[in-house]
Amino acid sequence: MAKGQSAQLDRKKLMADPVMMTTIVLLIVFLSLFILYPLAILLVDSVYSQGTGLTLQFFRESFSKYTFIRAITNTLKVGFLVGILSAAVGLLFAYVEVYVKVKTKFMAGLFKVVSMLPVVSPPFVLSLSMIMLFGKAGIITRHLLGIYDNNVYGFWGITIVQTMTFFPVCYMMFRGLLKNIDPSMEEAARDMGASRFKVFTSVTLPLLLPGIGNAFLVTFIESIADFANPMIIGGSYDTLATTIYLQITGAYDKNGACAMAVVLLAITMLMFAVQKYYLERKTAATLTGKASRARMLIEDKSVTVPLTVFCSLVALFVILMYVCVPFGALFKTWGRDFTLTTKWFEQVFTRYKGLKAFQDSFMLSLIAAPITALLSMIISYLVVKRKFKAKGFIEFVSMLAMAVPGTVLGIGYIRGFAGGVFHSGFLQGIYGTGVILVIVFVVRSLPTGTRSGISALRQIDKSIEESAYDMGAGSLKVFTSVTLPLIKDSFLSGLVTAFVRSITAISAIILLVTPSYLLITVQINEFAEKGSYGIACAFATILIAITYGSVLLMNLIIKFFGTSRKIKEAE
Amino acid sequence: MADKRVKNPKGVKLDHISKIYQDPKTGKDFYAVHDVTLDIAPGSFVTLLGPSGCGKTTTLRMIAGFESPDEGEIYLGGEPINALTPNKRDTAMVFQSYALFPHYNVFDNVAYGLRLRKVPKDEIKQRVTDILALVELSGMEQRMTNQLSGGQQQRVALARALVVEPGVLLFDEPLSNLDAKLRVQMRTEIRRIQQTLGITAIYVTHDQSEAMSISDQIILMKSGVIAQMGSPTEIYYHPVSEFVADFIGECNFLKGQAASSAYGQTVVQLPTGQVAVETEKAYAPGADCEIVVRPEAIQIADEGMLPCKVELSCFMGSYQNYHVRVGDTLVKITDNCPVNKKIFAVGDSAFISFDPACAHLL
Repeated sequence: MAKGQSAQLDRKKLMADPVMMTTIVLLIVFLSLFILYPLAILLVDSVYSQGTGLTLQFFRESFSKYTFIRAITNTLKVGFLVGILSAAVGLLFAYVEVYVKVKTKFMAGLFKVVSMLPVVSPPFVLSLSMIMLFGKAGIITRHLLGIYDNNVYGFWGITIVQTMTFFPVCYMMFRGLLKNIDPSMEEAARDMGASRFKVFTSVTLPLLLPGIGNAFLVTFIESIADFANPMIIGGSYDTLATTIYLQITGAYDKNGACAMAVVLLAITMLMFAVQKYYLERKTAATLTGKASRARMLIEDKSVTVPLTVFCSLVALFVILMYVCVPFGALFKTWGRDFTLTTKWFEQVFTRYKGLKAFQDSFMLSLIAAPITALLSMIISYLVVKRKFKAKGFIEFVSMLAMAVPGTVLGIGYIRGFAGGVFHSGFLQGIYGTGVILVIVFVVRSLPTGTRSGISALRQIDKSIEESAYDMGAGSLKVFTSVTLPLIKDSFLSGLVTAFVRSITAISAIILLVTPSYLLITVQINEFAEKGSYGIACAFATILIAITYGSVLLMNLIIKFFGTSRKIKEAE
Repeated sequence: MADKRVKNPKGVKLDHISKIYQDPKTGKDFYAVHDVTLDIAPGSFVTLLGPSGCGKTTTLRMIAGFESPDEGEIYLGGEPINALTPNKRDTAMVFQSYALFPHYNVFDNVAYGLRLRKVPKDEIKQRVTDILALVELSGMEQRMTNQLSGGQQQRVALARALVVEPGVLLFDEPLSNLDAKLRVQMRTEIRRIQQTLGITAIYVTHDQSEAMSISDQIILMKSGVIAQMGSPTEIYYHPVSEFVADFIGECNFLKGQAASSAYGQTVVQLPTGQVAVETEKAYAPGADCEIVVRPEAIQIADEGMLPCKVELSCFMGSYQNYHVRVGDTLVKITDNCPVNKKIFAVGDSAFISFDPACAHLL
């Protein structure tokens, strides 16, 4: 049995399709150059330098530093706790929405806000408001409770802020899973005499177990990769991301930073591998299929009241934290003088080049967003609908970027492009320019875009594209006349998500930005670190307004111009 | 319209085609299609029939170009097409799920292929109108596809494939999503249109009655190889194997030995008696053989060739359904028009008999 001929014919067919061929080659080059290569150079730099040759010295040095060891344990401790807390709170929210009868408008609104937050949330915001509410000059601690020396900085500060940031993601994951559980399974258990609690522990929970593990690990990865929050609210409690940042910006120890980055990368990769190749599959295996009919919601007051109260409190707390930021920008001096003023907003534009910051951030994100959206749709199309040799590679590398913390990528880009590719000077021109910032934006948003593109395309029957292909349309024509129109909504939301993610990005960008570009997030970081909360809040408020506005605009566009509208209406 | 017949119906030739797949569980390679050789005449209607996993759809997809064969060469109108991509092949496929473009209306769906071929606007309008008339969808041009019933969607899919006048039309189980009644109606329609246009058609189905009613030629496949190839009557009355006989309709098998063979008839010795069967070749006395006989070819009466015992007797309206035991063998009988006949009850003893011309020897 020789499979040679079909492989050879498939190759010939691919060659006869220049558009497809070029696209694949360009994709491979792009992914290799801007995702694989920077990571590879990190590995090289962590074990090799011109002075010493091949060596483990940098790892030895790093691990002999007390600060580094502490950073590792700090990071893991926070990640572990944040993972557990986010999964628990997320599960509770999802359970209440899917299982409990709380159909008041108010609650529905709260849930909607919570599910929107992770999309529009710029970094720092929660840390900022945490400090303003509970810090030494915090409204709640100082003015309400009269505590003058509360220390929000450190372990608990980071943990609370990260939990607030990441639990909505878990909530959305669990909501999807719970909706897939067929109610008749639980009814069968009830029918055989199990109490509601017993049903939860013996049916619902075991079914969800892989999903819980999945949510935990996803949050864990996000937490240990998070740079912004530990930076602002960590105080002296350093995590790996901040330590690496200080190692390269403060100590200028490039090889040391590389070694540390490799350690952080190894941790996230390991988590990612477990999550992606073990838990995600298990989740899909246990929870497939659709609920056959509507679920009888729990109406028992002893269950609904405590759950509802808890969820409302958490949701209100999160909303309070967001509301706090614009007020931080409107009060004269936070914690002392509560007269309203517009001076911070004015200063943003008069003293701190706010206009340029917004222009730069806006421009770069506006360039990056369509590139990201198109690229992720092309990758999804190739992965879902076509077969060719390099498919596995393309899918793997574009998903890999999800497991790479921004700080690690940032270091990789510095080492990889400051002296050109392989320090040869090739492509050195892009370092320090807007081009590399745009590329970082694209790479950082690519996994999310690709993931949602893939799931959108999986919904579409493969034979629709085959039919166009069969009728004589080439690859490009199939993509533009059939695929893209069918996933227009997904494309539009990918566009906005990429824009929002880009304009709120910080971790990799802060390492690569040069004085010729002022970015909003970098400004917020600078002022928040200095303690100029008024200015930081003013910047953050405008940023929130921009991201929220973009999402509203997207929903409006989808509502009125989405393709699916015509199709949906007919149904 | 004077002559509706397509200008260029093309023949299709498969020359020792094989396709190898990897079993996802064991990781072992296996032949999904093995050494299939076919010659399909221009303008004929050929059906690839077989149980699921027999390789019929893979064969069709190789002709369309979605899959590449591992051995052999495919010819379309005499030209080798192995290395051509699907969009460069003169084929048009009607898919199981119809695969209509949900973002286009009926007219745009049908016009899609013509627009790709840069046909002038007026001509597109004319041809789409004509083809929609042929599939009886005139006036539906502006409908969105999801406003149509299943049968109508099927017609749009057919029109969309027909309008480009392909050298060969490919059908991948096109009727399996329709209900039983509509299925019968649509298959008659497909046959009518194919005959009107004189187009070459290759049709994949697992439904034997569909295959019988629609085709000039049936190619019955099993585990990637051709089990039998022939006209519907050939396959029905002269199956070459137990598999073919059983797959095409219900069938009884009676095992025995040849007693004598002469004048185009072979007398077979069964444990419970002797019966004659028409055969083309002569059988040596004592040779093992198997009588194949259809349930509707058997008569049940108080006297006949072989004694039997009735185990099931069931009134089905147009016929009486019997299961009888002949020796150790279970024999199924459908006795048509039972109104004025004697009805045997369970436990009765009776005799069965059949015309030598209506049975066949394996």
